[in-house]
Amino acid sequence: MLHIIDRRFNSANKSSVNRQRLMKRVQARIKEAVEEAVSKRAMDDLGRGGEVSVPKADISEPVFGHGPGGQVTHVLPGNKQFQVGDKMMRPSGGAGGGGAGGGSSDDGQYENEFTFQITRAEYLDYLFDGLELPYLVKKDLSKQESAKYRNAGFTAQGSPEKLNVLRTLSRARGRRIALTASLKKRILALQLQLEKGKLEVEERLQLQAELQRLLKRKSSLPFLEQVDLRFHNLTKVPNPAISAVMFCIMDVSGSMTQAMKDMAKRYFLLLYLFLERQYGKTEIVFISHHTQAREVDDQTFFYSRESGGTIVSSALQLALDIIRQRYPSHNWNIYVAQASDGDNWPDDSDRCQQLINELVPLCQYFTYVEIGVHTEKPLWLNYAPLAATHGEHFAMRSITSVKDIYPVFHDLFSRGKSP
Amino acid sequence: MKDKIITNSSEWTMPLLQRFDSEIGRIADAFGLDCYSNQLEVISAEQMIDAYASVGLPISYFHWSYGKQFETTRARYESGRMGLAYEMVINSSPCIAYLMEENTMAMQVLVIAHACYGHNSFFKGNYMFREWTDASAIVDYMVFAKDYILQCEDQHGVDEVEQVLDSCHALITHGVNRYVRPPALSKAEEKLRQKDREVALQKQVNHLWVTISQASEKDVLEQEETKFPVEPEENLLYFIEKNSPILEPWQREVVRIVRKIAQYFYPQKQTKVMNEGWACFWHYTIFTELHAQGLINDGFMLEFFDIHSRVLRQADFNNPAYSGINPYTLGYAMMTDIRRICETPTEEDQRWFPDLVGSDWQQSLDFAMRNFKDESFILQYLSPKVIRDLKLFTVVDDERLDHVRVSSIHDEQGYQQIRADLASEYSLNRTEPNIQVTNVALRGDRSLTLQHTQVDGRPMSDNTHDMLKHVHQLWGFKVVLNSADLNGEVSNTYVSIEPESSPP
Repeated sequence: MLHIIDRRFNSANKSSVNRQRLMKRVQARIKEAVEEAVSKRAMDDLGRGGEVSVPKADISEPVFGHGPGGQVTHVLPGNKQFQVGDKMMRPSGGAGGGGAGGGSSDDGQYENEFTFQITRAEYLDYLFDGLELPYLVKKDLSKQESAKYRNAGFTAQGSPEKLNVLRTLSRARGRRIALTASLKKRILALQLQLEKGKLEVEERLQLQAELQRLLKRKSSLPFLEQVDLRFHNLTKVPNPAISAVMFCIMDVSGSMTQAMKDMAKRYFLLLYLFLERQYGKTEIVFISHHTQAREVDDQTFFYSRESGGTIVSSALQLALDIIRQRYPSHNWNIYVAQASDGDNWPDDSDRCQQLINELVPLCQYFTYVEIGVHTEKPLWLNYAPLAATHGEHFAMRSITSVKDIYPVFHDLFSRGKSP
Repeated sequence: MKDKIITNSSEWTMPLLQRFDSEIGRIADAFGLDCYSNQLEVISAEQMIDAYASVGLPISYFHWSYGKQFETTRARYESGRMGLAYEMVINSSPCIAYLMEENTMAMQVLVIAHACYGHNSFFKGNYMFREWTDASAIVDYMVFAKDYILQCEDQHGVDEVEQVLDSCHALITHGVNRYVRPPALSKAEEKLRQKDREVALQKQVNHLWVTISQASEKDVLEQEETKFPVEPEENLLYFIEKNSPILEPWQREVVRIVRKIAQYFYPQKQTKVMNEGWACFWHYTIFTELHAQGLINDGFMLEFFDIHSRVLRQADFNNPAYSGINPYTLGYAMMTDIRRICETPTEEDQRWFPDLVGSDWQQSLDFAMRNFKDESFILQYLSPKVIRDLKLFTVVDDERLDHVRVSSIHDEQGYQQIRADLASEYSLNRTEPNIQVTNVALRGDRSLTLQHTQVDGRPMSDNTHDMLKHVHQLWGFKVVLNSADLNGEVSNTYVSIEPESSPP
């Protein structure tokens, strides 16, 4: 009799542990491949999982085998023309042929790379491993996302599971001591009288009855009474949410070539993916500017093709305005990431300097990235002095090619900046 | 007649599977097939990929190489570069066969006939499987192996265990007793023995490696003369398990587990042609019978012919799709030919197979299935007709010449030679280098000497140094491999390099 088992509903993930072991083995290689993908992939694919290739040698499973050479006979099928004694040149690919060839063709398809699929989550984990937003410390009391219960002394009322046994028992004991003190005194006195005093029989009987009455009163005192009970008291304490906002300020002026804009967008996309993955509740403000600055949504920010002259101060002013209106700096951890080619309208420099001096102190961390060939551009010169005055809360880097994006990004946000 | 047809639909259902199985069982019984009881498991494509990853074993310990296998199969499947097998069957009792849910009704019936009756009866009947494997114990043993390795990982860390497993896997082709079969044990017995073994084994090794010798100078000199091992040992993993100077008891047990699994797969490697040929022969015979009895309609039969002919496709040697001789084709052709010789022999068959001619084909075929492996089966049964049908020819590839030469073709002079040449292609010495442990420097630097005996003058492959690293890892001391020709003349010597991270 046939025994049929339907296993289709069992989990299909029998190999997941083995797969993790494999990934652990080639961890360093996967990380390399993922980082490379940042500069090689199309913008839209940046955040997706997908294929990762690692060198085959890292996960080879060698066995003892034969090398080419020797005097080997092969039996082959499909002879149409050969006669005994026919000679032909050795086919390229060496003396593989026959059985040996069958075995190795499997590997041949993949050449030197072993390719496997990783999911989006795995990909992002590798990408953002060891990164964080530095100085994430300010808390916003007005926004309460969760509440904590904290011990707040003791109360006389409560549910049984919150009973504090120690307190309850010590109170009960205190009560018993207090209430029996006078009784005890009188009992002691009576006992003394009965032992030592010379008493009439009648008097003695009277005293004994009195003693019995007192002893009974003493023993009838309850061990535990309602008034003794004490309970843990828990109060709700608001747990202020850590609130952070990231300002992404991108220069889209005409002096930025398409390639430079693409680099800037990649940089911001990486930042966007990072915040989305690691800090779900972070707010992000997108500002793109040429001579005028606009607050835009993410679609416009990443895909619009606007262009124009450059007045950097417009963007800085807008950021300042938004901070004043919506993100008071005493409640918010403010981050600014600015990317620009560093060109600015010459007359704007002074105003820029002034705004920077206002803006940077409000921020937890201000990053400026200059895109393109690094020459000391006006904006770079504006920012340079800040590195000295604001130290760790300010960082500026330059990105000259797509390859620099991930290293710069990694450098700016690597863990361990904040104490 | 018409009302006897079981189904006209190509969709399969559980009751239909049951129905077909009982019909096929009845037919198989009439042909005298002796099978283990069957267990069918319906699985999805993803689960089939899982099954590929653990070489069909329903349970196995964790190792990255299985993950690699899984990823490779999945990538190829998902990119459309390969289809999955319709079935997979495990040599166990009951015999477990996997059916893919996406198969059509005809495919499922084919799988039942092929795996549940074909392969199943082969597993039960063939001497290789009878001798080397224990169908009733394998699943149990794998449970034990998985538990034990998990426990080792808890105690010694995943990396430590992985290192040992990596080295063992490298030697898996040389972890088999080729000629003597060790007794099989079930899980319960294995557990009982395992504790004793740890102690006993270590004692034995300690004895071998006593460093403080109380013997006199003269004795020492005499001892140096003694050779160890006395006889060369072909099973490297066995030798290491028993004699390695550095392995801890748990590591010896891990070596043993890998060795046991290698042993289990050993017959499958050597009976591929026969096993597939036998299963194809029977699925064909059973389908013909089902059709003849009016249980399946013509459409069903046509779909069967389509799959059957695709499975048996043999590309010619000069076709880009050629990847060796298809074991299904060769095996099926030979099995069918044995029946033909029994039933309708020609004059040629009278000369070549006097014993087969006129004998009962079922008995003759059954005898062939039981008592041979690929190498001997071909040597015994490859007929001139099959050689002609497949147009087999032999080429000699001698590295000393700049051309290859056709030495035999399918003619009267060539049949014998082609038969011998093809048989030798399935011998183990041809597929795997013949390596044996010949010496251990017991009182010297403790180095291990291996001897490779070249067959057909074939040298060792380029990765031999990598391989010796693995042997070194398990042995703990220098390993030397001498590659020698049949006269014992050493032409190449490989010496192991100290592995980067030394074992504990």
